[in-house]
Amino acid sequence: MATVAVWLNIEEERIVAALQEAGEKLDGASGEVVLDFLSVRRIDSSALRAIEALAVIADKKSVKVVLRGVNVNVYKVLKLVKLARRFSFTA
Amino acid sequence: MIATEVIQERGQIPPATEELSKERIAYLERLVSQARTAAAVFTQFTQEDVDRIVKPMVLAGLEQAQHLARLAVEETGMGVMEDKFLKNMVATEFVYNYIKDKRTVGVIREIPERNLVEIAEPIGVIFALTPITNPTSTVLFKCIMAIKTRNAVIFSPHPKAWSCCYEAVRIMNETAVKHGAPEGVFTCLEAHTLQDNAYLMRHKDVGLIDATGGPSAVKAAYSSGKPALGVGAGNTPVYLEKSADIDTAVVDIIISKTFDNGTICASEQTVVIDDEIYDRVLEKFAELGSHICNHKETKLLERTVIDPQTGFMQPKAVGQKATDIARLIGLHVKPHTKLLVAPIQGVGRQHPLSVEKLCPVLAVYRAKSTDEALKVCVDVNHAGGLGHTAVVFSRNDEVIRKFGEVLNAGRIIVNSPGSVGALGGVYNDLIPTFSFGCGTGGGNSTTDNVNIYHYLNIKRVARRTQAHMWYRVPNQIYFNMNAVENLRQFQSHSTIIVTNPPLERIGHVDIVRRYLSPETHVHVSVIPDAEPEMKVVMQGVETLNFYKADQIIALGGGSVIDAAKIMKLKYESPEADLDELAAPFLDLRKRVIEYPTGKVHRARLIAIPTTSGTGSEVTPFAVLTDKERGRKVTLADYSLSPDVAIVDPQFVMSMPKGLTADTGIDCLTHGLEAAVSTYASAYTDSNAMQAIRMTFKYLPIAFEHPQDEEARCMMHNASCIAALAFSNASVGVSHALAHAFGAHFGVAHGRANALMLPHVMAYNAAVPTKFMPSPYQKGYIAHKKYATVADLLGLGGQNVEEKVKHLIAATEQLLDRLGFPRSIAELGISKEAFELAVPELARIAFDDPSWRSNPRMPLMSELEELLWKAYQGRGVTGLANADPQQVA
Repeated sequence: MATVAVWLNIEEERIVAALQEAGEKLDGASGEVVLDFLSVRRIDSSALRAIEALAVIADKKSVKVVLRGVNVNVYKVLKLVKLARRFSFTA
Repeated sequence: MIATEVIQERGQIPPATEELSKERIAYLERLVSQARTAAAVFTQFTQEDVDRIVKPMVLAGLEQAQHLARLAVEETGMGVMEDKFLKNMVATEFVYNYIKDKRTVGVIREIPERNLVEIAEPIGVIFALTPITNPTSTVLFKCIMAIKTRNAVIFSPHPKAWSCCYEAVRIMNETAVKHGAPEGVFTCLEAHTLQDNAYLMRHKDVGLIDATGGPSAVKAAYSSGKPALGVGAGNTPVYLEKSADIDTAVVDIIISKTFDNGTICASEQTVVIDDEIYDRVLEKFAELGSHICNHKETKLLERTVIDPQTGFMQPKAVGQKATDIARLIGLHVKPHTKLLVAPIQGVGRQHPLSVEKLCPVLAVYRAKSTDEALKVCVDVNHAGGLGHTAVVFSRNDEVIRKFGEVLNAGRIIVNSPGSVGALGGVYNDLIPTFSFGCGTGGGNSTTDNVNIYHYLNIKRVARRTQAHMWYRVPNQIYFNMNAVENLRQFQSHSTIIVTNPPLERIGHVDIVRRYLSPETHVHVSVIPDAEPEMKVVMQGVETLNFYKADQIIALGGGSVIDAAKIMKLKYESPEADLDELAAPFLDLRKRVIEYPTGKVHRARLIAIPTTSGTGSEVTPFAVLTDKERGRKVTLADYSLSPDVAIVDPQFVMSMPKGLTADTGIDCLTHGLEAAVSTYASAYTDSNAMQAIRMTFKYLPIAFEHPQDEEARCMMHNASCIAALAFSNASVGVSHALAHAFGAHFGVAHGRANALMLPHVMAYNAAVPTKFMPSPYQKGYIAHKKYATVADLLGLGGQNVEEKVKHLIAATEQLLDRLGFPRSIAELGISKEAFELAVPELARIAFDDPSWRSNPRMPLMSELEELLWKAYQGRGVTGLANADPQQVA
């Protein structure tokens, strides 16, 4: 079982900032980074951009990012913009 | 809708990346990515979210209607500002009025009576081409539709209408985003080329192309391989019929043809006028400000408006005023001339003005008759206007109907202006639109006025419905010893007793006669003791007609009763075609053929069975032998069921042992096949189970002690009860095989069933190779039904498998006790003869409707395998531990 290096709650109200912070914490993370989306009901274009940026950083640093508690509507958005395949998901 | 120039500019679809620089591709990818993101975000929006955005967009469009109209006229040099203003208003206000209360998100419609729910799914990214002729109104229209349906749009305006469209897109985008729409929901291609369009039309992330333009633009969209709404050119014929209100018609045509200088593709192109009113109509046109061209002027007009090389409109004429076009040909017309009316003598390349002219030039044709007028309209329709719009002015409903039938047009506009009428919502109840679907005639996928529903994927959630079932039985069944006395209650002037020689000989007919009123004229029609033939039936019908029978008493076994059923059918419905009525079907209630109904009920059919097995006295089936063509005709319909059944065991007391066994096993097969049928219900189960129980108990007694009244009575009732079950639940594979095998080798039906039944039971109890689709049952239950039967018979067993084995064993033991041969080989049929016959028997059995309700769908190879098992015989279970006489 992989070690969880970072666990961050992502709040809908400050989702972009939270994702940027998550990006910063990828440095030196040894193990999975779990982002808790339980409180996110909906995402907008700026949040999508932030998620994409995070995916780019994670790829560069070879860090596995796990999105936890993503609701099906948000999951569908990530599928439609082809970002879902760049993350792992957990309930 | 579009001029030659436009076609040249937009008509081809070059290879997607031809001449596109890396920078250009990156730009196009950015547009798509932006739109894709917007569309993805949009999927989370609710109906309320969407409606909150649509309304301010509509208001913004209304506020900017004049501004955008002015820009459009200035940029394109086409049309009339005031009319373009109105178009912008219609594209916003009228469209909004239609869509405002429509659901376009989530569940959009529930149809509880059909257990259906419709759910809207957005398309995603739409690539929209907009025309030069209606530039801003089309943009407004598509933007409002897209937001209402949660889609993002990339616009590709006509290059010569780019600025005004860009402004319209900007206004819509800013308003939408301000009210919550995702960023980038609308974008507009900048300085684009055909290559850009081709690239986007083929882009994997573009979900739909909505191309409003000329035929080539539409063709390009459809050729891209993407789902497309391609809505293009027209050539609207108008029939001005002699009964029309001329004043109204002429004003309507002028309104329409001059609206925006004739740039709407639904506007009138050629008016075909009845000879009787032709001169008056032209006078009215002139009186209301039109110039009627003479022959020379018409010739000049042809060259100016239509390109002689291509046969299409000259771009310089599109959307120009009538006075300006007149000036082009050096024609002096009155200053406020609205319309140039040019008489033509035919349609086609020799008559250039018979094609689409998006300008205030109207062709007129004098028709000598309605027939000629309709033909000329059809010619115009086929000269570039297929599927688009046609207009008729008439007070004659028959003419209007005929016009609607012969013209291929998505919109048939009646007694109103073509262009404004086709737009919808003004002169009629058509859906307001700025895109006219032209059907396959116009190379389009729809004839609709394109609307919000074309911007949606509509998903249908179809719940399993509880299938309606049925239980139909004759009105009256009288049973037990001396039930025949009930004949007394039926009044009749003329009764025909259908029977066969042995029954007449042993006095059964006399018993029946005893209970008929003395006033009744009785005629006995004796038919051969065999499966009825067509010739025999038709002789019977003659007898019925001769005696004007009002009552038929069928006294006999299945053959006699079947014959009487068909006699009655032909007597009451002489036109009935038995070949047609015997057509194959899958579900009795949905079959193609309908039996005659609603006829006068001329004769009551009373069936008195003299065997205990077929149950024909209550079934809706009848079998006829057509010797001339060497085949059997099987009829099935509830109208064939006798009106009255009299199940009186006194008529079976003298049945020979062999017949008792054969018919008794037929009865058991009816019960067992009905019990596991896919049409079985609680109603039929109650009959089937009871009949099986009674048969197991009383058949051996009736066989071994033929004079045992109770056993005879119970078996006679069991036969009728089993028939009530299979009349509604049908039978199965055993019957299908028995029919084929019995007919081929001349083996009695009950005996043939006895050979097949145990093997078919084992076959049905196993996991099917192929399940039979059936809405009536949940899961595979045949083996459980057999186990229920075993329980009912008290056969024991710890689980379903054991119980099934016990039931099959009990069946085999019963067959043994009744002295049946237990293999086909025992009948003396050689293996070679059987081997030769098997493929054909399987084929015939597969054609037999009997198995359609079998729980397991038989494969041809399985039918062959079952036949071979029947040939080899014994050993289905290896168990024979149940004693039928011990059955409760």
